[in-house]
Amino acid sequence: MEAIIIGVLKSAIRLATPYLYASIGETIGQLSGVLNLGVDGVMLMGAFSAFFTVLKTGNLGLGLLVAIVVGGIFGLLIAFVNVTLKAQQGISGIGFYIFGLGLSSLLFRTMIGTVQTVSGFSPLSIPLLSNIPIVGEIFFRQNILVYGAFALVPISWFILNKTPLGLSIRAVGQHPEAADSLGVNIVRIRYLTVIFGGMLSGIAGASLSIALLNVFQQNLTNGMGFIAVALVYFGAWRPLSVLSGALLFSTVNAIQIWIQVKGINIPSDFTLMLPYIVTIVVLAAMAKRYVRPPKALNKPFERGE
Amino acid sequence: MKYRDIREISMNFIPIAAFLLALLIGAIMIAFLGVNPLVAYHALLNGAFGSINALADTVVKATPLLFVGLGICIAFRAGVLNIGGEGQLVVGALSATIICLVFPNLTGWILILIALFFGFLGGAIWAGIAGFLKAYFNVNEILSTIMLNYIAVYGMNYLLRGPIMDPLQVKLGSFIPQTARLSQAVDLPRFIPTRLHLGTIIAIFFAILVYIFLWRTTIGFRIRMIGQNIQASRASGINVQKYMVLAFFLSGALVGLGGAIEVIGVHHRMFTDGSATGFTGSAGFNGIVAALFGQLHPIGTIPASLLLGALLTGANKMQRVVQVPSALIGALNGLIVIFVVGSEYLRRRQTRRVERIMKVEHNSKNKNKKEDK
Repeated sequence: MEAIIIGVLKSAIRLATPYLYASIGETIGQLSGVLNLGVDGVMLMGAFSAFFTVLKTGNLGLGLLVAIVVGGIFGLLIAFVNVTLKAQQGISGIGFYIFGLGLSSLLFRTMIGTVQTVSGFSPLSIPLLSNIPIVGEIFFRQNILVYGAFALVPISWFILNKTPLGLSIRAVGQHPEAADSLGVNIVRIRYLTVIFGGMLSGIAGASLSIALLNVFQQNLTNGMGFIAVALVYFGAWRPLSVLSGALLFSTVNAIQIWIQVKGINIPSDFTLMLPYIVTIVVLAAMAKRYVRPPKALNKPFERGE
Repeated sequence: MKYRDIREISMNFIPIAAFLLALLIGAIMIAFLGVNPLVAYHALLNGAFGSINALADTVVKATPLLFVGLGICIAFRAGVLNIGGEGQLVVGALSATIICLVFPNLTGWILILIALFFGFLGGAIWAGIAGFLKAYFNVNEILSTIMLNYIAVYGMNYLLRGPIMDPLQVKLGSFIPQTARLSQAVDLPRFIPTRLHLGTIIAIFFAILVYIFLWRTTIGFRIRMIGQNIQASRASGINVQKYMVLAFFLSGALVGLGGAIEVIGVHHRMFTDGSATGFTGSAGFNGIVAALFGQLHPIGTIPASLLLGALLTGANKMQRVVQVPSALIGALNGLIVIFVVGSEYLRRRQTRRVERIMKVEHNSKNKNKKEDK
């Protein structure tokens, strides 16, 4: 029993990784007032570009870097459409999702063709800490991208709550007029957060294709990016709560995988359905708590003249 | 008035410009793949319109897009984003299939009507869940509809691999996840020898119906008013929650009807390949593109879905002839959406400029009048 629990928790920590990168990035973007629904498409592009680079060069660091650059470029495009062109963010995000899905499938079909595997990031035991019984096994024998994802939570919390930049980001999302009158460059802040979010989505995709699964196929993410957006609502725009949501979600996933591997007699389709049902139920339960989203979320900034 | 006319005309060109721009970028992508874009697009055009059969296939492909597009028109006009077309198609198709499997001996026309009704109801309920959660629990509808898509697909996979799997597949041991062929009595009439079926006419009929509903009835007016200004609607005493759920319900109903028609008009059975878009072929997402491309107008959605149907049908031919993967069209569809919503900005700027010009004209006229006096 102990071994099972350790196994499930260990894989829950691993599986939280892509969600954490993507939803922390989305949190920062939404706090500045930009809803980006294209996360899944950007994740797919990040996953593809990292996988392709590693397949051709074998260089994991380079693969990660390429994913970050591709994610950043997508972030720039999304920022341009949403901030500069003031598009309706819900719909433009769907456009970017469809585009990312189509482009990554196209590139996969023409440049790779068949499902192949690469050797991705291997687990990195942290000296001393990894020797702690149970806890060491669960937390400290993971690959570097897992550590990065968990480090991102306190870092983003600190930036958002303890630095002038974080204050500007939140001000831009809550009350852009006031921020504008104080000389905060709203357009610049929003570009910054959306590009940063794109880079993190790129890493989220790479964490799937070159660290967790080590494969790429069409629609590899299967909607993870949308769940990442749901986690932002779940976490009420606070990195720590987003973390707890990601962990809840990845634990459900880990249990689901364990049930399948164990061959327990529940149709796999029902267990696969479970994470999505949990998301809906949790979102409905959260709504009663009534946390207000950033006031300017989804609203392009128009300076009154 | 003159300026307004010019504006209206120029604005109608925006989707066309978006479409052409997407095709241009597609051409660049094709060139990168080492294929002559003109050859590729010629194959595409040929595959979509080259023969009577090709043309019929284009129309058949466009039909579910039109149903989804009409559903999207209602939802988006009500200011709610229904991204759940995929799930609603699946649930609509499943409901129709199951009812046909349960009552195989009913007379044709009656069973067809029952199947259509169940498709309608299935889609409506599936979207209604999202509407209910949005109206009464404040759950973001984009997220809930997407989650419902996955739930529908896994539910379908379960049913097709188990309870409603074709007994023949079990007997042969091939276990392809599909149902038995439905009774021929429920086949929608076809325009032989092509694959074109009555469903297309039903779709066009519903497009007109949706137009009348949204622009010529009180309920339709209220739905649009909520989309325009939710505060004002609430202030004027409209039960916003109720109409929001209604908009979702009707939106899903049309999509579900489209799913049912896919079953009894085209495939005559339900099937999947196990992937998320195994049954729908992404029609639930492409219908959104059709609706936006048709400027969220039910009548405009007719040519828009025809154009997208042509792209999708032609893409298969293009893949066969010049080996450009049909996934290219998926990417282009995404670009069309981005360009159409991105160009809203131009529209607004144009509006503002026209208003300014009209104001100046108005003022100068007034001045003239005063001087006349």
